[in-house]
Amino acid sequence: MSASSPWTIASVRESLLTKKISARELTQDFFRRIEQRNPELNAYLALSPERALAQADRADATIAKGATAESLSPLAGVPIAIKDVLSTKGVRTTCGSKILEPYIPAYDATAIERLEAAGAVILGKTNCDEFAMGSSNENSAYGPVRNPIAPDRVPGGSSGGSAAVVAAGLAVASLGTDTGGSIRQPGAFCGVPALMPTYGRVSRYGLIAFASSLDRIGPFTTNVDDAATILKIMAGHDPHDSTSAPVSVPDYPTEARQDLSGMRIGIPEDYFGEGLDAEVKAKVQAGIALLEKLGCKRIPLKMPHTDYAIATYYIVATAEASSNLARFDGVRYGIRVPGGTLMDMYRKTRETGFGPEVKRRIMLGTYALSAGYYDAYYLRAQKVRSLIARDFSDAFQKVDAIVTPTTPTPAFKLGEKTADPLQMYLADIYTVTGSLAGVPGMSVPCGKTSAGLPIGLQIFGPHFGESKILRLARGFEQAGGFSI
Amino acid sequence: MKISREDVLRVAQLAHLELSPEEVETYRGQLDEILNYIGKLQELDVTNVEPMAQVAFAGAGESSLRDDALVPCTVVNDVLDNAPDAVKPFFRVPKVIER
Repeated sequence: MSASSPWTIASVRESLLTKKISARELTQDFFRRIEQRNPELNAYLALSPERALAQADRADATIAKGATAESLSPLAGVPIAIKDVLSTKGVRTTCGSKILEPYIPAYDATAIERLEAAGAVILGKTNCDEFAMGSSNENSAYGPVRNPIAPDRVPGGSSGGSAAVVAAGLAVASLGTDTGGSIRQPGAFCGVPALMPTYGRVSRYGLIAFASSLDRIGPFTTNVDDAATILKIMAGHDPHDSTSAPVSVPDYPTEARQDLSGMRIGIPEDYFGEGLDAEVKAKVQAGIALLEKLGCKRIPLKMPHTDYAIATYYIVATAEASSNLARFDGVRYGIRVPGGTLMDMYRKTRETGFGPEVKRRIMLGTYALSAGYYDAYYLRAQKVRSLIARDFSDAFQKVDAIVTPTTPTPAFKLGEKTADPLQMYLADIYTVTGSLAGVPGMSVPCGKTSAGLPIGLQIFGPHFGESKILRLARGFEQAGGFSI
Repeated sequence: MKISREDVLRVAQLAHLELSPEEVETYRGQLDEILNYIGKLQELDVTNVEPMAQVAFAGAGESSLRDDALVPCTVVNDVLDNAPDAVKPFFRVPKVIER
């Protein structure tokens, strides 16, 4: 298939059921393309051909026995890529870190188990910022990913590999994780739909934790229907994750097809101020005008604590990270650097195994939690987090969804921000708010800059309001919003 | 300046990181800049605001506790296969107790 008509879940199913191609042939075709394109993009860190082909053969066997559109599993034969922070049984999982270079998980993340149970073919693991800490994928110990749309630019991060493989046609869909924008921001930079579900919607079991009160798992796809299908399969309570909510799972693909006219969309002025690139602003405003034309009612909003989100996030997330990453000490998994005493061994292993951004965040988080600073930093940040969450709950009294730019600028150049961590953090200024509030958010393509760089439009919904987001996103897509 | 060299060394000790002298200086400057930015949180009045200690929502359902029942653990070998140094069924580490 050409780049202008990428594979979708629907087209894979149609091709398999009409026997235009077998699942094995399709899988092999994807591996061939990966072999050609990956040396340039560096988007895959590991491939799992045996597992993928065995799963493809199962799909082919079902079809040979006369499967119908009704009886064929929803993801049968669909090639999917997985961010390397999600545990895959028997397949190396590094988190983009040297410290986990030899790690082979003994179990699958629940999200992956559910996708495979629905027939998905897992192609391999995608590159990402080390332990999902970064906004450009330049913090991977295995080298940066290049943006397939503009190879001198970053794909965004931290799920840069997952965004890039879908944008480059090297997977039909992929899973990423989002802690402060790590699904939505690379989705915007690579020009693909990217969905962060509500906190608690998808089990985090098997996700190697960065910040446990913020981490979410969600899909990158080439179209909104596929995001709805994948979410429906992954969502729902899991006994292995007590924070996964026992909330019933709607039929997202059906709900996404409902008409969006009459929906109230909130436009917070706080997301359109200083620092927003003029071309991004113009396209997102055109996107909002299109939603109005489709019958949505535009409601101006104020979300006064938006400007405090980055500061809050970098305390809360780093504090949790400093605690979560204490487990990497050279004892149970990963590399070990010998030392004379146990303490020496811990220190040398961590010094060698962690990259500069991870160390920086561990230091910041440890500082914020340490005696004498806890009240001034961590406790205060947790209180401001409440205020940010309140901005959202107040807004959702008046609106069905909130529409903003996903990022202040399009994809920046490789190396452009690596010397200045704070500038890099500010790339997440419009995404971290929803992360802190626990609400779902999605980035959808919204045209390109004059230089051809993708722009993302972000839609936030209320807690467990993914249906509303998908409805707006699909209506926007059907009306040509993606190439506005 | 919020962060001194001694602060960096103290935090590195707490975090079990053995930083090189260059790293100590780099992180001192960078953490100082980041904490200066984070200082903007002091502008807000947070009197009577509860900290958001938990991300649970109205309508998210009751998270129930599982039964406190014993289940067999059959993954010991798989787990120890990942250890840099294991003498099954144990992880081996440098000596911590002198006898």
